[in-house]
Amino acid sequence: MSARPAGLPRWVDVGLIPACNVALALGVAGLIVLAIGESPWRAIRIMVTGALGQGEAIGYTLYYATNYVFTGLAVAVAFHAGLFNIGGEGQAYIGGLGVGLAMLALDRLLPGWLLAPIGLALAALFGAAWAAIPAWLQAYRGSHIVITTIMFNFLAAALIVYLMVNVLIAPGSMAAESREFAPAARLPMMHEVLGMVGIKVGHTPLNLSIVIAVAAGIGVWLFLWHTPLGYELRAVGHSERAAVYAGIRSRRVVVASLCLSGALAGLAGLNEILGVHHRLFLNFVAGAGFTGIAVALMGRNHPIGVGLAALLFGALQQGGAELAFEIPSITREMVVVIQGLVILFSGALAYWLRPSFERLFARGSG
Amino acid sequence: MRSIGLAIGLIAFAATAQGQELKPAVVFDMGGKFDKSFNEGVVNGVTRFTRDSGVAVADFEVTNETQFEQAHRRFAQRGQNPIIGVGFSQGNAVKKVAGEFPNIRFTLIDSVVELPNVQSVLFKEHEGSFLVGALAALASKTGKVGFVGGMDIPLIRRFQCGYEKGAKFVNPNVEVLANMTGTTPAAWNDPGRGGELAKGQFDRGADVIYAAAGGTGVGVYQAAKDRGRLAIGVDSNQNHLHPGTMLTSMVKRVDLAAYESFKAAKDGNWKSGIRVLGLKEGGVDWALDQHNEKLVTAAMKTRIDQTKADIVGGKIAVHDYMSNNACPN
Amino acid sequence: MAALAAEPPAGIVPPAVSLIGIDKRFGAVHANRAVDLTIARGSIAGIVGENGAGKSTLMSILYGFYAADAGEIRIRGRPVSIRNSSDAIALGIGMVHQHFMLVDTFTVLENVMLGAEGGAVLAAGLRAGRATLERLERDYGLGVDPDALVGDLPVGAQQRVEILKALYRGAEILILDEPTGVLTPAETEQLFRILRTLKARGTTVILITHKLREIMAVTDRVVVMRAGAVVAERDTAATTIEELAELMVGRKVRLDFAIAPCRPGPVLLKAEHLRVRDGRGVVRLDEVSFELRAGEIVGVAGVSGNGQTELLEVLSGIRPLESGRLTVGDRVVTAEAPADPAAMRALGLAHVPEDRHRLGLVTAFAATESSVLGYQRDPAYVRGPFSDQPAMSRHCAGVMERYDVRPRDPKLRSAGFSGGNQQKLILGRELNREPKILLAGQPTRGLDIGAIEFVHRRLIERRDAGCAVLLVSVELEEILSLSDRILVMCGGRIAGQLDRAEADERKIGLLMAGAQGTAQAA
Repeated sequence: MSARPAGLPRWVDVGLIPACNVALALGVAGLIVLAIGESPWRAIRIMVTGALGQGEAIGYTLYYATNYVFTGLAVAVAFHAGLFNIGGEGQAYIGGLGVGLAMLALDRLLPGWLLAPIGLALAALFGAAWAAIPAWLQAYRGSHIVITTIMFNFLAAALIVYLMVNVLIAPGSMAAESREFAPAARLPMMHEVLGMVGIKVGHTPLNLSIVIAVAAGIGVWLFLWHTPLGYELRAVGHSERAAVYAGIRSRRVVVASLCLSGALAGLAGLNEILGVHHRLFLNFVAGAGFTGIAVALMGRNHPIGVGLAALLFGALQQGGAELAFEIPSITREMVVVIQGLVILFSGALAYWLRPSFERLFARGSG
Repeated sequence: MRSIGLAIGLIAFAATAQGQELKPAVVFDMGGKFDKSFNEGVVNGVTRFTRDSGVAVADFEVTNETQFEQAHRRFAQRGQNPIIGVGFSQGNAVKKVAGEFPNIRFTLIDSVVELPNVQSVLFKEHEGSFLVGALAALASKTGKVGFVGGMDIPLIRRFQCGYEKGAKFVNPNVEVLANMTGTTPAAWNDPGRGGELAKGQFDRGADVIYAAAGGTGVGVYQAAKDRGRLAIGVDSNQNHLHPGTMLTSMVKRVDLAAYESFKAAKDGNWKSGIRVLGLKEGGVDWALDQHNEKLVTAAMKTRIDQTKADIVGGKIAVHDYMSNNACPN
Repeated sequence: MAALAAEPPAGIVPPAVSLIGIDKRFGAVHANRAVDLTIARGSIAGIVGENGAGKSTLMSILYGFYAADAGEIRIRGRPVSIRNSSDAIALGIGMVHQHFMLVDTFTVLENVMLGAEGGAVLAAGLRAGRATLERLERDYGLGVDPDALVGDLPVGAQQRVEILKALYRGAEILILDEPTGVLTPAETEQLFRILRTLKARGTTVILITHKLREIMAVTDRVVVMRAGAVVAERDTAATTIEELAELMVGRKVRLDFAIAPCRPGPVLLKAEHLRVRDGRGVVRLDEVSFELRAGEIVGVAGVSGNGQTELLEVLSGIRPLESGRLTVGDRVVTAEAPADPAAMRALGLAHVPEDRHRLGLVTAFAATESSVLGYQRDPAYVRGPFSDQPAMSRHCAGVMERYDVRPRDPKLRSAGFSGGNQQKLILGRELNREPKILLAGQPTRGLDIGAIEFVHRRLIERRDAGCAVLLVSVELEEILSLSDRILVMCGGRIAGQLDRAEADERKIGLLMAGAQGTAQAA
């Protein structure tokens, strides 16, 4: 009965229902907070102000959101081509490796304005290359993309551990970390940029990557809906047979779309390595690749939706950290539960409330 | 206890502004507060400090490594002072935030940051490992001893190198079998694989195995108990886990480091710089208690005590793997 | 069936179904407007109407898929409330859908009993079910083996399983939605025999269709719907196809329009010994040779599944050849020198595919986007690195205007158009280029009579303009009325070739039956 026409105004569909989902999630989370004897109001207030309350909180929220925009866009692009790219984690990891290798090799030779674009290019290139292998296997050998991309996450982790422990580790370092890049090799921090124009904000990891993330979102939108290749990519995703009929070489499109997906994921590595940490170390992606899947699903695979979902996840990440800070009895595991509830209600149960709203609005208009 | 006096051979000076309330804080490592070894050691020291002084200690467990910096900065902004960072992964975060807040005191365990407001606490794990290596070689009847490391990183190779040197010191013909559990952080908590590696080493003739592998060690100890062989614990005193199987434990007194840092701050004699806690300072040691006294003969005890005295006295210099990332023969 | 006995005394037999003032809206669409309808017990009633006339909606309301906004349903004279299909089944209403709801990997018996297992112990239910099924088989002569796997059965037999399913659940009122769309002529005849048997045994049959010949052949009474309302009711015996067609469309329709004599030009496409295997290695096309000239329509007749699909796929470049040689203009396509659809398009070949949902359109795309499918890289729709959206929109609006696509909304998703309008959009897209060669696969399948007329006129127009048209259709009528030459396919081969003058249904039917005639004749 999918033929039943949807009778909901657009603002309800994209605005009211998601808002109600988040409210429901916070309601349930509030009950849990209540159960351990803390005030739910205080907890929610801390989460909200902790994520959006002042410049520094917003900076952290945006910093987390930057990663999620990249990985979310990566999943969304592949999804439009009918592919489920689970490998964002590994592609971001390898993208970061690309940046790191370039910086370790060049940071003392080239000026900063040259290093940044090189880093950008290498993050994208390495991420794309890491996605290209599963893409080729999918297109020409029929290996299922979900399986291969998952496996490539493990391969990426193993490769980087090997390189970090045996090759790239800084001499005398206790941790498996590379040396710090020369000062030229870093993206401008947002608080520095804002400081130059006279706006004073606290130190946060927010850096120029967020501008690149916004540009990537616009670029993905242009690409998918305003270029012939984007058209072909969506045609393959919606109906491979129609694509063949239209003379589209679907295998090439599959490879191209996954490479683009991998390149976008790789840019999350740029944010972490060239933007924030200025050195290579282990596990810098910290799950952003997997979160990107939820971000894309919640954002309905549209760049604007991905951007909004990334903000929500960034706020959850940051607000959750503040919560654990301010209320010691709420452990980090509890914070994960609260974050999980929000994801559950606004992602997995996104259509749960829909029928009720449809009835409500049908009655209202009928 | 005895190390409190030993550790402070230096001029004490008050870094705290007098009259200011002491608000200490701890940022734990990824393992979390209750990891049965490293972080939990710090928790023990903090608990003891709170009990002794009545001062409450704030703490935070990170969920990913990018949060280290944020956690230190948040504590610093709230005026928490001093702040302890547990684990070498926090080195860069402490370096950054300590630079931004020169009036807040930071104590960093297991790594070095050279700033005027940072106290870096290192342990000579190689010295402690040297001692338990010597004891392993003395207890071995097959002339083969084993080592199971956690994640393959320089720190664990330092344990391994010290252990090898200690074993060879008492028996130049001893053979040391060594395996690392893995190359990812998962290697710290893989008792199944730990058990398999231990069984492999037992099959190849080893009869004492030293596990420097966090939670993975539990599997090693169980395998030793199942095969009726011996095992050596690490970080905290794990002798009680399997009395009769645990030959000894190489204890690393992170609790002491935490306790002393807070205590010094309270007493007004906290000071920055690098503190290296070896055998001499009581930072590392071998554990002898009612659980393993039957396994350690008087002769063995004498020999180990003598070796320890020689290290403390400087007659034996134990090679530190991390000084040159190598373990020369 | 037992329920019949409990009904009111003879004399006044209430109608099987009475619909009174049924009204239903979907947003702006008024699907049913105050429909009043009465169907006598033990009769076969036909409901005809163009696509979108509201007949399927009406039956969905009767079967409990939708709730009517207003109106009343009476079954055997009693007002009832039907909230879902379980209610409908309990009232003795059964429905055979256009797309079968069967599990291919289950046997006939298992399928029939699915959802009516009658208890937790399957074996006991199966035993009882088998007995009932065998009785139904005997009574109605459906000719289906209870132990055959449904996936192995021909389409006609699968449909009979659906009918069995409904009867097994005690249906006294049987609704069939476009039941003959997937059937061969022989299977259609068999279905009609079964419907007559059902009627003889007291079952009421409601037949939804747009094929007027079938209405004339099997129904007692016919209801004509247009734009959501009932516009006429006739006794079948007292009406004609022409009258019904006019009532359906609301104007005079002529399918037998005059066709100018064919003036064949040069050979534009030449097929020599084409041979194709499918993925499982079965030969689907063998020794197929023919020529296609400018200015002629060559009809390909045959029972569905005899190689027509593969022929179109080969000619359009979708499927590679195993052997043989295809010449289009100067380009020669062989197994060693394969072509793809883009290459064939570049040679001036247009293709209206058989499967318009899955091939002809991307249903999730806006009409604008579907209107350039296959031409998305054409310079007309590209500006620099970007698609030229305004140009695409202009093109789509133009096609919609010229080919009367409704609604005229280029932004509407392709899935939102009715089948006929989708087909017009595809036809418009493919003919817009004034192709030299046109492959038309089942161009009027599922279309209502007004749309069929429109499509036929466009095809003739192209032919007269010098285009070579290959028309593949399973509708003999269509082939006969449009083609200048007729190829008959059977078992992947060309069983015979007839000129327009010498062709008639009987000759073509014999060639179509060919090797598999025995199976179809049963």
